[in-house]
Amino acid sequence: MSTGVPRLVEPSSGLTAADPLEFGEIAGRTPWQLFWRNFKKDKLALAGLVFIVLLVIAAIAAPLITKLLGAPSPNLINTDALDSFGTPTGPSSEHLFGVDPLGRDVLSRTLYGARVSLEVALISTALATFIGVVLGLVAGFFRGWVDSGISRLMDVLLAFPALLLALGLAAACSLGDGCAVSTPLQAAGLATIVAGLIGSALALARGRREMVAASLVVVGFGLFFTLLGTFFTIKIEPGAGVVIFVITLVSWTYIARIVRGQVLSLREKEFVEASRSLGASDARIVFKEILPNLIVPIIVYATLILPTNILLEAALSFLGAGVQPPNASWGAMIAEATSVFDTAWWYMLVPGLALLFTVLAFNVVGDGLSDALNPRQEG
Amino acid sequence: MIRYILRRLLWVVFLLFAVSFITFVIFYLLPSADPAALRAGRQPNPALVASIRHQLGLDQPWYVQYGRYMKNLIFHFDFGFSYQNGVPVRQLIFSRLPASISLAAGAAFLWLVVGIGVGIIAAVRPRTKLDRASMGLALVGISAPVYWLGLVALYLFSSDIGLIPILPGANSYVPLSEDPFAWFSSLIMPWCVLAVSFAAFYSRLLRGNLTEVLNEDYIRTARAKGLSERRVVFRHGLRSAITPIVTIFGLDLGILLGGAILTETVFNIPGIGRLSYASIVRSDLPVIQGTVLLGAFFIVFANLFVDIFYAFLDPRVRYE
Repeated sequence: MSTGVPRLVEPSSGLTAADPLEFGEIAGRTPWQLFWRNFKKDKLALAGLVFIVLLVIAAIAAPLITKLLGAPSPNLINTDALDSFGTPTGPSSEHLFGVDPLGRDVLSRTLYGARVSLEVALISTALATFIGVVLGLVAGFFRGWVDSGISRLMDVLLAFPALLLALGLAAACSLGDGCAVSTPLQAAGLATIVAGLIGSALALARGRREMVAASLVVVGFGLFFTLLGTFFTIKIEPGAGVVIFVITLVSWTYIARIVRGQVLSLREKEFVEASRSLGASDARIVFKEILPNLIVPIIVYATLILPTNILLEAALSFLGAGVQPPNASWGAMIAEATSVFDTAWWYMLVPGLALLFTVLAFNVVGDGLSDALNPRQEG
Repeated sequence: MIRYILRRLLWVVFLLFAVSFITFVIFYLLPSADPAALRAGRQPNPALVASIRHQLGLDQPWYVQYGRYMKNLIFHFDFGFSYQNGVPVRQLIFSRLPASISLAAGAAFLWLVVGIGVGIIAAVRPRTKLDRASMGLALVGISAPVYWLGLVALYLFSSDIGLIPILPGANSYVPLSEDPFAWFSSLIMPWCVLAVSFAAFYSRLLRGNLTEVLNEDYIRTARAKGLSERRVVFRHGLRSAITPIVTIFGLDLGILLGGAILTETVFNIPGIGRLSYASIVRSDLPVIQGTVLLGAFFIVFANLFVDIFYAFLDPRVRYE
């Protein structure tokens, strides 16, 4: 996908072989510089990046900005801002983007909503990427039963209607004081340990060294979860925590599938073969040979699931399973606006546009990233 | 081939079992609201709650409840009764299914036509203004939340509150069997809104694939033979570029048949999506189970069809 200017080298850029200075520069470029040179040609992606940076600053500095603009705090209920029929009033000098049915300022609620949106999307994307990379690496590198186990697990997860699963979990954990997940964690951990031990016994019996290592990794995982469940009372609290958990759960499979596929092909490459024949350990091959080659696809796909996760968070709070009131979030604001949007159009428009532009900015940057990192894909 | 299909069918059965079990565990173990207390009304007295709990079978251990549920499901195709109002879940689901199918089928037709059309137009004229404009629009399309688009569409076009009142708004859904014309006009807006992000995604995907294919050597050969451009693009190019679209189309349709929660909520269409949403809000476990299983059923079978389709095309898959 291309979104910017033509990717052919423009004559106006002064990049000609006759220019010795430019030539010297080419020789000394790091991959990062090469990437940046490609990326900054994409003006649209740059604009998206600027938007994201501004948005992050605005979200962090939300209290300061509302104060500077003279807007009331986001949760301040002010019935004076409603007209005599009790309907919210539109944009005015006092409330730049109008007020909601409780008389709260839409501008400051939208600003605070950016915090929720970004926090949830960034954390869940980071978690999903981490889990996806680890499991995808293990599955692709060790193959065998570990691979089938992880792949089957993904099959089961993908068979669920994702939004329904997320909604159900979020709703169940949002009532009362959250879900206690210590016992399920312990149970899952113990089951994983048993599976790992059986696997390593089988691998030992067949004399397959690399599968013993894989099984021990699995046992380690199980031990980690069991200890986590035993020594900490882990509770998924209602609010942002639930949403992050749920979004991570439904989005890690995407990364894991990509990473697994890449590892499956990378592990057969000559340079890995060479490293192995020199006596390199599995750990060295994974961390020094395979992982560095995965960084580009990981970055690209993480940027691609980020906007999807923003939309998922907003959809969950639109359905009432997100951050709990009175805290502001864009999805919940749009949901509240459904009952009054025929008169109070601004209440529907402002959070919706904020959401649209944020997701669009991330999509544009993601496109620019994958274009700049995969120069082969022209067009 | 038959062995391949049989093996996949067995796996499908296992998947549906796993889904039903996990759903049961989630809603049994995690503390959502007590359905008996919900049903007992505003002033629940403990004796009434206890008797309702006994009546619904909630006082038995979880494995007994699950076993009974699966037995009824497998031997009698009985999904149990709603905790909320005692209506059989099977009846609830079948009464809601036509609306979801209407919504999904119409939207799917729309997004296929638009997505493929735009994709081809953009791919045969890469880097022109038309290409850039359509791909820019497509990027906006995949970024827009569907429920918000729905609200904007209602604000602009619905006959009761719209600025340009030309289409029936929310709450106007009529079953096809009652009044085909009203059915069609009430669904125009939901179809368009639901189709936007899919059409955008498909056009981007097709444009990418088709531009790549059109640069292949065999396309150059086809052109060199003197074939018309139309024949080159449709017969030679599109045929191989469209395979991934077919795959994704199968999966998307499978997901949507299980209920488009957001679109159905905005337009108040009485489909599976609204049913499942309402059941989650009310902790109505039998209905949640039924709708999750139905959704999983559609997803898993869509996957199966896509894989079989692939196996027909590519013999290597069968012997994997």
